[in-house]
Amino acid sequence: MFPICAESLPRSGRPDPGRGRDNSPMTPAIELIGIEKRFGAVHANRNVSLRIDPASVHGIVGENGAGKSTLMSIVYGFYEADSGEIRIKGKPVRIRSSQDAISHGIGMVHQHFMLVETMTVLENVILGAEGGRLLAQGEKEARAALADLGRRYGLKVDPDAIVGDLTVGLQQRVEIIKALYRGADILILDEPTAVLTPSEADQLFELTKALKAQGKTVILITHKLREIMHATDRVSVMRRGETVATLDTAKTNPAEIAEAMVGRRVLLSVGKQPARPGRVLLDVRDLTVTDGQGVTRLDRASFQIRAGEILGIAAVSGNGQSELLEALAGMRSAKGSISVDGVPVDPSRPDATALRALRLYHVPEDRHRCGLVLPFEAAESGILGHHGDPRFRRGFLMDHEAITRDEKAKMEAYDVRPPLPGLRSSKFSGGNQQKIVLAREMERDPAVLLIGQPTRGVDIGAIEFIHKRIIAMRDAGKAILLVSVELDEIMSLSDRIIALCGGRITGERLPSQTDERELGLLMAGVPAEAA
Amino acid sequence: MEFLDATLQILASTVRLAVPLICACLAGLWSERAGIVDIGLEGKMLGAAFAAAVAAISTGSAMLGLLAGIGVSILLSLVHGYAAIAQRGNQIVSGVAINMLAVGLTAVLGHAWYREGGRTPPVAQSQRFLPIDLPFADQVGAIPVLGGIYKQLLSGHNLLVWLAFLAVPLTWWVLQKTRFGLRLRAVGENPAAVDTAGISVARLRYEAVIICGVLCGLGGAYLSIAQGAGFLNNMTAGKGFIALAALIFAKWRPGPALAACLLFGFLDAMAIRLQGVALPGIGQAPVQFIQALPYVLTVVLLAGFIGRAVPPKASGVPYVKER
Repeated sequence: MFPICAESLPRSGRPDPGRGRDNSPMTPAIELIGIEKRFGAVHANRNVSLRIDPASVHGIVGENGAGKSTLMSIVYGFYEADSGEIRIKGKPVRIRSSQDAISHGIGMVHQHFMLVETMTVLENVILGAEGGRLLAQGEKEARAALADLGRRYGLKVDPDAIVGDLTVGLQQRVEIIKALYRGADILILDEPTAVLTPSEADQLFELTKALKAQGKTVILITHKLREIMHATDRVSVMRRGETVATLDTAKTNPAEIAEAMVGRRVLLSVGKQPARPGRVLLDVRDLTVTDGQGVTRLDRASFQIRAGEILGIAAVSGNGQSELLEALAGMRSAKGSISVDGVPVDPSRPDATALRALRLYHVPEDRHRCGLVLPFEAAESGILGHHGDPRFRRGFLMDHEAITRDEKAKMEAYDVRPPLPGLRSSKFSGGNQQKIVLAREMERDPAVLLIGQPTRGVDIGAIEFIHKRIIAMRDAGKAILLVSVELDEIMSLSDRIIALCGGRITGERLPSQTDERELGLLMAGVPAEAA
Repeated sequence: MEFLDATLQILASTVRLAVPLICACLAGLWSERAGIVDIGLEGKMLGAAFAAAVAAISTGSAMLGLLAGIGVSILLSLVHGYAAIAQRGNQIVSGVAINMLAVGLTAVLGHAWYREGGRTPPVAQSQRFLPIDLPFADQVGAIPVLGGIYKQLLSGHNLLVWLAFLAVPLTWWVLQKTRFGLRLRAVGENPAAVDTAGISVARLRYEAVIICGVLCGLGGAYLSIAQGAGFLNNMTAGKGFIALAALIFAKWRPGPALAACLLFGFLDAMAIRLQGVALPGIGQAPVQFIQALPYVLTVVLLAGFIGRAVPPKASGVPYVKER
C-alpha cells in the first residue's frame, strides 16, 4: 500500500545511512521502544518505537487520533505505558509523573497553555520551581536566568508583564522559557502553530533553530506538512497508533508524508475547472466597521461576488477579515451597503434571520464559539438557525425524530465520524465538527456562502474532502466568500483574491497571476507599485 | 470636643463591628483565591460561635472556647472541601447545606443542652476575651485629640480584634511573598498549570479551606465570647454574606477587603448611633431605613460603582484532569 512503510519502520539500533553524523554522538536524546497503550477498547499506541537524535528537530505527524498526543503524554508522565521502555541518553528511565519528566530534562509546551493569566511572566516561570519557601530569592535568580535565556535564544519577554496582556505568540514564548528554566534538554511542542499568526510561527521556527544550535532536542507535533518540511530534520509519521514511517525531511516530500499519514494518496492541491461566473449575488459597497472603541476595523470595502465564483480574502489575522465576515453575516453593524442577489440589506441593522431568508449562509471562523453549541447533540447543532424550518417541527414542538434523521443523512454525505446524531457536539474531533457545520450551511441550498477558516484544526484527509465540497458548491453556482489564515488554501481555492491590511483592501489579484510573495506584500500594506 | 468624642466613639464601634466581617472576608478570600467558592462562611461562623460559647462555659477557659470554635469551623470547612475537592460537587449547594445545618444544629443542640430556647447561658467575664487597655491609656487620654485617639480608638480592644487586624497584612504577605501563596493563587486561576508543574491541586485546596476554617472560627468565637457574652440563635445575622459582598467589592484583595469591611462596619455603627436621633432637615429617620443602609449600599456598590470584579478564574470549578 505504501512502499516506504516496511523499509522505514524504525528499529532501535538500526544504523541510519541517511545522514552523515561525523561528530554527533550516536546515543539518541530519547528513545522509545515498543510502547503500548490501551484505553479500554481503544488501542492508542501499538508497539511504537522511535529514536530521536540529540540536537535535532524531530517532527511527529499524524491525523487527529493517530496517537501522537498519547505518545507524548506518556513521555511527559501523564500516562504510564502498558509496556515498553523509554531511554534518555541511552539510560532506561521510568516516568510516572510530570515531575519525573521535568527531572529527566523533558519540557512540554501544551497546545492549551498552562499559564496563569493574572500573574506576571516571572511568577509563571517560577511556579513549581520557586527555590525556597519565600519567593524573593527565587525571583531574583529567575530574573537573571530570564535575561540569560533572552540573550542566548533571542527569547525576550518582559518578566514583569502580566501574562494575560501578552499576545498568544509571547505567551507561548513564556511556556518555552518555563521549560528551559526547569532545565529541559528535550522540548516537546504540541501543535505549537495552531494558535499563531504566520509571522509568529516563523519566529517560533527561528527559535527552534536556535535551540538546536545550542544542543537542545525539539519534538514538534503537528499536522501541517509545510511546517514539517520547513522546520524539521527528521519526521515520524503516525497512523492508527503506529509509527508507519520515519523519514529524513530533506529526502522526502509533502505528498509522500501525506500518503503515509492517511494511508492513501492525497491530493494536496485541488483540481478544479476554471470558474464560470454568472450574475452578481453579493454586492458590497463601502462597507465600514467601527468597533466599540471607535477604531475602524474595516474601511470602505467594496467588492462583488458572482454566482459560481470563490472570492478569497488574504489577510493576516486581525486585519478586518473577521469583521467583514461578521458584518456580512448580520452579526455586527456596519455602514455602507450590501445587496444579496439584488435585494438591498441595511448593514447598520444587522439581522441574521433576514439574511438567512435571502439564502446567505455562514460558516463562522470560530466553530466552538459561533458554529456549534458544544453540549448539544450533533443533530441539534446541525439545525441551528434552521430550527424554524417546518420540516423540523410538529406544531408547537420540535420533531426530534426528523431532526435526527436529517442529521444522519448529512453525516453520511459528509463522512462525519462517528455518524451518531445523538452524540454531543463536543465529542467530535475538530474536522468532524467542521463537517457538521459545513453540512448544515451547505445542504440548505445557499445563494451566498460565507466561509471562515474552513480547515482550521482539521486533518489532512478531511481538508481534502472540505476543499472538494467548496469547489463543488462553486460549480453548483453559489457565490462563495472564503476567509482563511492559510495562504495556500486561499491561493488554491479562490478564483479571485483580495488582500486586506488594516481593514483596507490593498489589492486584487488572480491566483494564476500572483504568488505568495506578492500577496504577502499586499497583506503587509506595501503599495501595489512597490510589490 | 463633643463632636470629636462622638466621632471617636463611632470609629471605635466601627472597629468592633468590623471584626467578624474581616475574619469572614479573609476566610472567603483564602478559599476563593484557591478556587473554592464558599457561601458557607455564615454557617461556619455560627457553628464556631456556638462551639466557642459551649466550650468556654463548660471548661471555664476563653482560650479553649476559641480553639473549640476554630475546630468546629475547620470541620465544617473540611466537609465543604470534601464535597468540592474530592467529590467535585456543586460548591454553592454544599455551602448552602452548611449554612442550613449550622442554623438548625446550633438551635437544636442549644435547646437540648440548656433549655433556654436555643441560646446558651451568659458566658462569665472570666471565660471571655476581655478588652486590653494599652499602657497609660488614661494618662495619655488626657492629651487632646491624639490622646483621645489612643484611648478610645486603639486601646480597649480584646485579643481577637488584634488578631483579626493582623491577619490582613499577614494574608497579603503570604499570598504575595511566599511559595505557598504563589501556588495558591495559581490554583485558583488555572489548576492545570499547577498540576503540570507537578504540584498537588487537591492538597493546596484543602490547605486553603482549612485556613478558611480557622478564620471563620476566629470570627465566630469573637461574636459569642469576646464581643458578646453567650450564644444567641442565628447570631451571625447575615455577616457571612455581607463579608462575601465585601470580598467581591474588594476584588479578592486583602487590603481593599479590610477597607470594605470597615466601611460596612462603619455603616453598622452609624445605624446604631442614629437610631432615634433627629437628623437636621429630615427629622427622625425610621430605624428600619437606617438598618437597611448597609444592604442598600452593598447592592448599589456591587451593581456598578466598583468596576468589573473578576473572580479567580477557576473559582467554583472542580478540577478534573483532562488529557
